[in-house]
Amino acid sequence: MAVTEAMEMSDTIKTSDLDKAFRDEVLTEPGAEKLILCFNCTGCTAGCPMAEHEPNYNIRQLLRMANLGMRDELLNHPYLWNCTTCYKCQERCPQGVPNVDILLKIRTIAVHNGIMLDNHRKVAQLMAKTGHAVPINDDSKEKRKTLGLNELPETVHNYPDALEEVHKIIAKTKFDKLTEDKT
Amino acid sequence: MSELSFFLGCIAPNRYPGIEKSTKIVMEELGVHLLELKGASCCPAPGVFRSFDKLTWLALASRNVVLSEEMGMDLLTVCNGCFGSLVDANNLLKEDEQLRNDVNNVLAEVGREFKGTIRVRHIMEYLYDEVGTEKVKESVKYPVDLKVAVHYGCHLIKPSKERHLGSIENPTFFDELVEATGAESVMYKDKNACCGAGGGVRTSALETALKLARAKLENAKAAGVDCIVDACPFCHLQMDVGQTEIAKKFGDVFDMPIVHYSQLLGLGMGYTPQELGIDMNYAKNDEFIAKIEKIAGGGK
Repeated sequence: MAVTEAMEMSDTIKTSDLDKAFRDEVLTEPGAEKLILCFNCTGCTAGCPMAEHEPNYNIRQLLRMANLGMRDELLNHPYLWNCTTCYKCQERCPQGVPNVDILLKIRTIAVHNGIMLDNHRKVAQLMAKTGHAVPINDDSKEKRKTLGLNELPETVHNYPDALEEVHKIIAKTKFDKLTEDKT
Repeated sequence: MSELSFFLGCIAPNRYPGIEKSTKIVMEELGVHLLELKGASCCPAPGVFRSFDKLTWLALASRNVVLSEEMGMDLLTVCNGCFGSLVDANNLLKEDEQLRNDVNNVLAEVGREFKGTIRVRHIMEYLYDEVGTEKVKESVKYPVDLKVAVHYGCHLIKPSKERHLGSIENPTFFDELVEATGAESVMYKDKNACCGAGGGVRTSALETALKLARAKLENAKAAGVDCIVDACPFCHLQMDVGQTEIAKKFGDVFDMPIVHYSQLLGLGMGYTPQELGIDMNYAKNDEFIAKIEKIAGGGK
């Protein structure tokens, strides 16, 4: 039985199903060691703007799963990508747990294991190619001209050498390989 | 006259050029000369790109910071998301030698080096701390007679340990700057709530993201405001383009004008909504444009 199913059914989570190495990897994020101080007060989830509109999103539960080492369930969790990174829970945590930083670390582990949402892959590829997550379009070029601005902004859009720098940085960190289409 | 490099980011220049232009105009009027940060890229967006790969996020963010270091001046952004990436990356690299070495190893590929010599500034905290509300008030020749809902957004004030902007539960600096234009900042329900766009949520779960924006728009509308004022082009896009998407998906119509603080201040300085690009929003509201056209009386 999958661990999340077991949790929903209030069955026992078997320690043999847990991955301590995964938990240790999560805890390498600076400040993340405070996660072990979490006493499940639920202040994080109670104030979460996402939880208000999407009750299935539960930051406390996600971090609890990380603390237990529930690797596969967490990396494939359908709500792992629902945090807007508003940082409200991180500000309010009485134990000083950097909730958002930890969640982003879990996401990073997911992406580095090939688990990435299609639209995120697309925006990553767009940024890797153009240097902008939101590149210029014809409508905006027209608006710029109407306002008396140059058609292209003074960003990588107007400086091919600068875009080349972005490409070199991305090649060096292998971000292009990380976010390429799965074959 | 003070000088700052102007970091444009993506959404301001590529979707809301009125914000770019308004910022140049109002800062010049206030005696702050903005120089183009030539060849800057995406910040890159903190929620998505930091999620994907921290080193890439840091390397690209620090390259943008380094461009400003090379100009010998602090960097100004008009976007909460860009502020989030750039201020956090700048502080992290100043503090953590190992991380700085890792990033400089990447930047060496393009002949650059992070030195940690500048500050990253957001227009709201820069105006409040360096220019001052009094000077902003003096620059307003045509008091902006509007009731507005102030939207702080998230990354302007959080995480607070990197920001030092006072209370994150009840901040006031943005409201004070809005009132300096003559506008009234109206209290509304869940004023400090997130717009719903960040963290890659708008990109991957649009309908869910829009539920947060819809709550924001409902609460502002219930307070009877003329418009929402923000200081972030991504929140701006979420609440503006979002209105069209919300109408389509949920059937709710708000007709709520969304205005960036630079544009609001520009109105008070006597510029027209057309000069400031306020009429270029995706959600059209001719009634509001007609109302604010009367404020400046002809423009400059």
